[in-house]
Amino acid sequence: MDLLRFATAGSVDDGKSTLIGRLLLDSKAIFEDQLEAVEATSSAKGYDYTDLALLTDGLRSEREQGITIDVAYRYFATPTRKFIIADTPGHVQYTRNMVTGASTADLGLVLVDARHGLTEQSRRHAVILSLLRVPHLVLAVNKMDLVDYDQAVFEKIQQEFTAFATKLTIPDLTIIPISALKGDNVVTRSEPMSWYEGPSLIHHLEHVHVASDRDLVDARLPVQFVVRPKSDDFHDYRGYAGMVAGGVLKPGDDVLVLPSGFTSRISAIDLFDQELTEAYPPMSVTVRLEDNLDVSRGDMICRPQNAPTPSQDIDAMICWMTNAPLRPRQKLAIKHTTRSGRAMVKDIQYRLDVNTLHRDLETKELGLNEIGRVQLRTTVPLLCDPYATNKTTGSFILIDEATGVTVGAGMINSTT
Amino acid sequence: MPTHADYRLSQLDELEAESIHIFREVAAEFEKPVLMFSGGKDSICMMRLAEKAFYPAKIPFPVLQVDTGFDFPEVLSCRDSWVSRLGVRMIIASVDEALENGVIVDDGKMSRNRMQIGTLLHALEEGAFTAAFGGGRRDEEKARAKERVYSHRDEFGQWDPKMQRPELWSLYNGKIREGEHMRIFPLSNWTELDVWHYIAREGIEIPDIYLSHQREVIERDGMLLSNGDHLTLRAGETPSVRTVRFRTVGDMTLTGCVESDANTTADIIDEIAVARVTERGATRGDDRFSEAAMEDRKKEGYF
Repeated sequence: MDLLRFATAGSVDDGKSTLIGRLLLDSKAIFEDQLEAVEATSSAKGYDYTDLALLTDGLRSEREQGITIDVAYRYFATPTRKFIIADTPGHVQYTRNMVTGASTADLGLVLVDARHGLTEQSRRHAVILSLLRVPHLVLAVNKMDLVDYDQAVFEKIQQEFTAFATKLTIPDLTIIPISALKGDNVVTRSEPMSWYEGPSLIHHLEHVHVASDRDLVDARLPVQFVVRPKSDDFHDYRGYAGMVAGGVLKPGDDVLVLPSGFTSRISAIDLFDQELTEAYPPMSVTVRLEDNLDVSRGDMICRPQNAPTPSQDIDAMICWMTNAPLRPRQKLAIKHTTRSGRAMVKDIQYRLDVNTLHRDLETKELGLNEIGRVQLRTTVPLLCDPYATNKTTGSFILIDEATGVTVGAGMINSTT
Repeated sequence: MPTHADYRLSQLDELEAESIHIFREVAAEFEKPVLMFSGGKDSICMMRLAEKAFYPAKIPFPVLQVDTGFDFPEVLSCRDSWVSRLGVRMIIASVDEALENGVIVDDGKMSRNRMQIGTLLHALEEGAFTAAFGGGRRDEEKARAKERVYSHRDEFGQWDPKMQRPELWSLYNGKIREGEHMRIFPLSNWTELDVWHYIAREGIEIPDIYLSHQREVIERDGMLLSNGDHLTLRAGETPSVRTVRFRTVGDMTLTGCVESDANTTADIIDEIAVARVTERGATRGDDRFSEAAMEDRKKEGYF
C-alpha cells in the first residue's frame, strides 16, 4: 500500500465539502460519533438533509463565521492506497492556501459546477496547480444530476478546459462527470451516465501512476544532521543524515560534496540498524563516506558529473503571503533545503495575473496572495536546481526577520 | 527494508521517512528540544522514530512526562523500560508538586487533565525548552486537522489558529522569539491505524493495558472506567469485572476502556479497521464536554 497526497480546490458552491464528506464516508473514514455530531448540528440548524460539509469544518471560529480559514488535512484509505487530502478553502487568502496545499500534492482535484461551467476561479485553480508543478490534474464536473446527466453539458466543459490546459504545464489531465450528492462516479460508476466510459473518481485516485513523478536521475542529499555517537561501540562513526531529494544513491558511488568541492565515495547507507543497497526520494537515511571530510548541515552530497551550480543570484516565482507588500531592496531570511541565509530583493520583474496569465510589468511590488517573478541576491550560495526538475532543491521559503513568520514561497526558475 | 523495483515507498515507510526528517530538522535548528512522553501508543511511536533518526547516536534531547498522579502503573513501567533502554534523560513534571508549589490552583471543578496544562507550561518554561514534540495526529479530532507540524506558541504558551504559519514542501520554519516555543507534531500525517501497523511491524513494547485483560470497571456516562481509589462511586454504580482493553491512555479518572478480546497488535488492527467510533469519542471524557472542547484546550496550551 502506498500513499497519494492530493489537493482539492473549489468553493463551497461547487460541492467540494460534500465530495470530501462522501469520500470519507464511503471509505469508512468517518466514524459514527462524528456523523452523529454532524446530524445533530444539521437538524438543530433546521436543514432538510445532513450537511456533509460540516464534517470538514474544523474550528469553532470558522463555524461561527461559516467560512474555512485554512488548509485542512484529511485522511482516508482504500484497500490499495492511503490518501492525504489537503483541503483548501475557496474564500479569502485563497492563493496562499492553495499554494501551500499544492506544494506537497501528487495530484490536484478541481471541482466545477456543471450548471455554471468553467469560472474564473476554476481557471485560477488550474494555473496554481500548474505553477506548483502538480503532475496530475483531475477536473471533476460536479452536480451532473442537476443537468439531467446531459452528455453535451459535460463535453462542452471538457473541450473548454482541455483547450485552456494546453497553455499550462499539466502532464496528465483526467476529466470526470460526477454527482457528489448522489454518489455518481465517485466510488461506483454512474448508471444514468452510461455514456461516460472512464474510471470513477476513486478508481482513478487508486490507480493513477505516480512512481515516475520523482526525480530519480539527479542524486541530491542535502545534509541535515551529522550523526556522531561518540560512544565506545561506535567510536569512529560519522554519518551524514538527510532526506534524499533526488536520484538513487548506492554504496560505492563517487560523490561530490558542495560547496567545498571535496570528492569521496559512499561507504555505507544506514537506515537505523540496517545497511541499505540503495536510497531514493523521499527516504531519510544516513550516508557514510570513505574519507574523513569536513561536511556539515547545509552541505549537499551529489555526483561529480551531476551537481547543482551554487549561486547567490536566484530567479524565482514567488507567492507572497502577508499583508505588507514585497518590494525591491527588501531583506528577508531564506530557507532552502537545509541551508539558511538572508536574501535581498533585487527586482520584481512582473506580477502574474493567475486568472488571465497576463504579466503585469508595471507593478513593482507583490501584495498578499499575488505571484510574481522576482530576482534575489542571497548571502550564502544556494545549491539549487530548477523547480521544474526538482521540487525539493528548487523551492524555498522567505521569512520575516522581525516576526519570524513565513511570508513567501519561492520556486526557482534558474540561477543567473 | 524499503527496496522496490519501482522506487515507491510503502505508506508506512514514507510516513517514517517524513517523521525522521522532522526529528532531525528540530534537533539541528532548535537549541533545547524536549519530547513529551505520555506512555501512550503515539508517544511510543515517537520514541521509536527518534531512536531511528539519530541511531547509532543517542536521542539528543530529554523526554518530559506530566505525572497526573493518576497514571496507570502499566504505563509508567513501560515508560521506564523505554527510557532505560534508550539511555535518554527523563524529566517528570508532577501535577501534585505543581499544586503544592502554587504553580496551579485546584478550584475543585478542574479535571486532572486540565491541570496538566499549567503543569506542562510551567515545566517547559522552567526548562527553557524551545521545542516540544507531541504525539498529536491530524486525524484525531476536527480542531487538529488544521494543525501544523511546527505549531507556534506565544510567550503564554497559547495557540492562535489564525496566526499559523503556512507550511510548504518539507521546509519547516523554526524561527521563534525570546520566550516563545514551538510544538512539533512528527505524527501529523499518521492515522490511528498507521500507528498500530507501525507498532506491529516494529514489534515494539507498549503498555499491557492496550491489550485485552480482566479489569474491574464501572459504567459512567456511557463509558467504562477502571475502578479503584481514584474514583468515588456514585449512587447506583456497581463495579463489575469485564474483559477490556484501552484505546487511548490518559489519566485513570477520565480514560474509558472498551470490551475487547484483542490480545495482540494484529487483533487490535482488525478491531480498529472495523471500529465505528473514534478513539477519543469512545474513551475520552475530556473531549466530550463540548464540540469544541479540544479547540479550547489547544488554545490554552494543551498538547
